[in-house]
Amino acid sequence: MTDDLIDRLSSDLRPVRTGGVVVRLGLALSAGGAVAFIGVAWLLGLRPDMARAVSSGMFWAKLAYTGAAATAGFLCIERLSRPAGKVGLRLAWLGLPLASLVGAAVIQLLDVAPGGGRHLVMGGSAMVCPGYIAATSLPVCLMLIWALRGLAPVRLRLAGAAAGLAAGGLAAAIYSLHCPESGAPFVAIWYTLGILLPAAAGALAGPRLLRW
Amino acid sequence: METSEADLKILMLAALDGDARAYRAMLGDLRLRLGGYFQRRLRRDPDDVEDLVQETLIAIHKRRETFDKAQALTPWVYAIARYKLIDNYRRAGRRVFVPLDDAASELRVEDESAAVDARRDIERVLAELPERTRRLLHSLKIEERSVAETAASLGMSEGAVKVAAHRGLRGLMDRFGAGANDD
Repeated sequence: MTDDLIDRLSSDLRPVRTGGVVVRLGLALSAGGAVAFIGVAWLLGLRPDMARAVSSGMFWAKLAYTGAAATAGFLCIERLSRPAGKVGLRLAWLGLPLASLVGAAVIQLLDVAPGGGRHLVMGGSAMVCPGYIAATSLPVCLMLIWALRGLAPVRLRLAGAAAGLAAGGLAAAIYSLHCPESGAPFVAIWYTLGILLPAAAGALAGPRLLRW
Repeated sequence: METSEADLKILMLAALDGDARAYRAMLGDLRLRLGGYFQRRLRRDPDDVEDLVQETLIAIHKRRETFDKAQALTPWVYAIARYKLIDNYRRAGRRVFVPLDDAASELRVEDESAAVDARRDIERVLAELPERTRRLLHSLKIEERSVAETAASLGMSEGAVKVAAHRGLRGLMDRFGAGANDD
C-alpha cells in the first residue's frame, strides 16, 4: 500500500522553483494590500493635504514604523510557514523603529507647552484609529490565511500572530495615507494598538484557521 | 546501515530539481524512519502507524516547497511527522501525551534549550528509580535496545526484564504522569 503511494508520489514529481514560499506569501500580502488600499482610498479617502504631507518627517516616520512591523511579521511568517523553521532574531527588525518612535514620543511630551500633552496623545481620532487599522488589515489577513494553509506551519499560534503582525503593519501603513495625525505619542500608542489587534486575533484563531 | 542526513538531503535536493529516482529512494528511506517514529509513539494504536506514515509522506510531497535548502532535511521531516502525530491525537479527541522516549529522540534532531530541559527532566525522573530498574529502562527506552539484549547485559531473564520494565514505568506514571495512563 505504502509502496503504491511512493510510486504514485514519485511519478507525480515536478521540479519545485526556489523561493516559492516567499513568492506565495508576497503575492498574498500584495493582493490583500491592494484591496485594503482601495478600501481606505474609497471609504475613508486619502488625506487632503497629501501634497504638503509628503515633505513632513512624520509622514515618512509613520510609514517607516508601520513598514518595519509589516517586514518583521513577514520575515517571521516566512520562517513559521516551514516545519522546523525558527524565528530567531527576526522580530528584532521591529526593535530600532519602535525604540525611535517611543523616544520621539517622550521627547515631544517633555517638550510640549502645558495642556498640549493631551492633544499629542489623543489627536482627533484616537478612538477610531485602532479599529480602522484592524478593519483595514482584514483583506490582508484573509489572503495570508489562504497562503499559509497551502504551506506547512506547525506552530499555529505563533504563525497566526506573525501573520496578524504583518497584516496589521501593512494595514497601518495604508491607513497612514488617510490619517493626518502627526503626534509621535499618538502613533506610538494608537497605531501600535491597531497593529497588535490583528496580531492578537491571529494568535487566538491560528490553531483553528491554519490547520492543514 | 542507516542513510545519513547528508545523503538524504542530497536526494531531496535532486528531487526538488525533478529527479524522480532520487525522490523514490528518499521516500523509501523516510518511510522506514517514519514507521519507527510512529511505532515508538503509538504502541496502543498500531493500526494508525501505517496511516500516519502515508499521511506524512503525502504532506512531504504536497508541501515540499516549504523545505528550506539551507537547512537540514530530517528536522523538517520530523516536524511534519510530529504535526501529523499531534493531529492524530487531536482527531481521536484524546489528551496529547508525548511519551518519555519522545523527548530523548527529539535530541537527535534539535538541540534547543527545550530539548536540553527535557533531557534534564528525564534524568531527574530516572534518578528517582532503583539503580537496576533505571539501567533497565535506560537500555530499553533511551538506547532502544531489545528486551533480549537488555536481559543479557543485565544478567536477567527476558521475562524478568519485561516485568521490571512494566513495574518501573507504572511507578513513573503514578508519580509523574497524572492522567497519562488511561488504558
